[in-house]
Amino acid sequence: MVNIIWLALIIIGIFTAAIQGNLEAVNLAIFDGAKAGVTISFGLISILVFWLGMMKIAESAGLLKIISRILQPFVAWLFPEVPKNHPALGYIVSNMTANLFGLGNAATPMGIKAMQELQLLNPTKDQASASMSTLLAINTSGLTLIPTTVIAIRMTYSSANPTEIVGTTILATIFSTFSAIILDRWYRSRQRFRKNQ
Amino acid sequence: MTQIISAISLWIIPALISLIIVFAVWNRVPVYETFVEGAKDGFQIAINIIPHLVGMMVAITVFRESGALELLTGYLRPFLNLINFPAEVFPLAIIRPISGTGALAITSDLIAVHGADSLVGRLASTMQGSTDTTLYIITVYFGAVGIKKSGYAVKVGLFADLVGIIASLIIVSFYF
Repeated sequence: MVNIIWLALIIIGIFTAAIQGNLEAVNLAIFDGAKAGVTISFGLISILVFWLGMMKIAESAGLLKIISRILQPFVAWLFPEVPKNHPALGYIVSNMTANLFGLGNAATPMGIKAMQELQLLNPTKDQASASMSTLLAINTSGLTLIPTTVIAIRMTYSSANPTEIVGTTILATIFSTFSAIILDRWYRSRQRFRKNQ
Repeated sequence: MTQIISAISLWIIPALISLIIVFAVWNRVPVYETFVEGAKDGFQIAINIIPHLVGMMVAITVFRESGALELLTGYLRPFLNLINFPAEVFPLAIIRPISGTGALAITSDLIAVHGADSLVGRLASTMQGSTDTTLYIITVYFGAVGIKKSGYAVKVGLFADLVGIIASLIIVSFYF
């Protein structure tokens, strides 16, 4: 999919420029684009280094564990089919905590471990179980509290107030995650209804 | 409402940092050494992004500078104006569920061209931060355990992305 998009952008771009007779724009664009890619990545270094440092402190101080404990009843409600002390719940909570703090690199391995545990509970091995669908819904709706990458990009391009979008982002995230949970619940009860037919 | 959003934007990072430091001191964590230990990974992660981002930024800059993007947004604008959706941000809405790097590159490009503090820049920022790459996550998570039939998960994911995009539009339009 990504291959198609990437090829399409470049080929359509070169083709359009050729037709409109401004091919020099393409030559400039290649070098400007490459430079921008590096500039942005370098801009990410500062925030990532700082944030990961803070997260390590949070982890060592036991803060992440406490947040996990606060999330536990909520997670139990979201995943009713998973038995109470099943390891899947622990991984799910870690996955959500990592997501909340923008630790995508930690969230993904935790999410995969959670999926593996849920697969053990899955009655239909090649089809997603209700719990798996819910876990997926939570992850794809974006659960980040602090959008560090976006803030870093804004700083790179000299925003007067890089963090002003944090409030709006959190609010939008709440809506998208909330809608994901609601729709997921609806599909769930529909599937249960069908199974009981 | 506006005051609440402003307060959150202003306070959440300092509050979070203070909370972490209080907990660390309470539990006698050697803060600086721990910080450095975690911080080291940040550099590598940012460096690893370079090849992905360079590839995408070249593609997007070529697409934009060739005039192709302007043709596309020009075509979409009459329709999108009906719902007050800035046409420039539309490609981001489409790419966001498909490719994480593509979305990052488009957001960066929009901020570079229109400014971080423009409506376009703020909308792109909010959309980028509030949604995630649905198709990629489905592929990775379900692929890791061999699930072939994803059922309704895709629909829920894309619906969430849609809600996030619409919510971002409404919230950003009202707040700024």
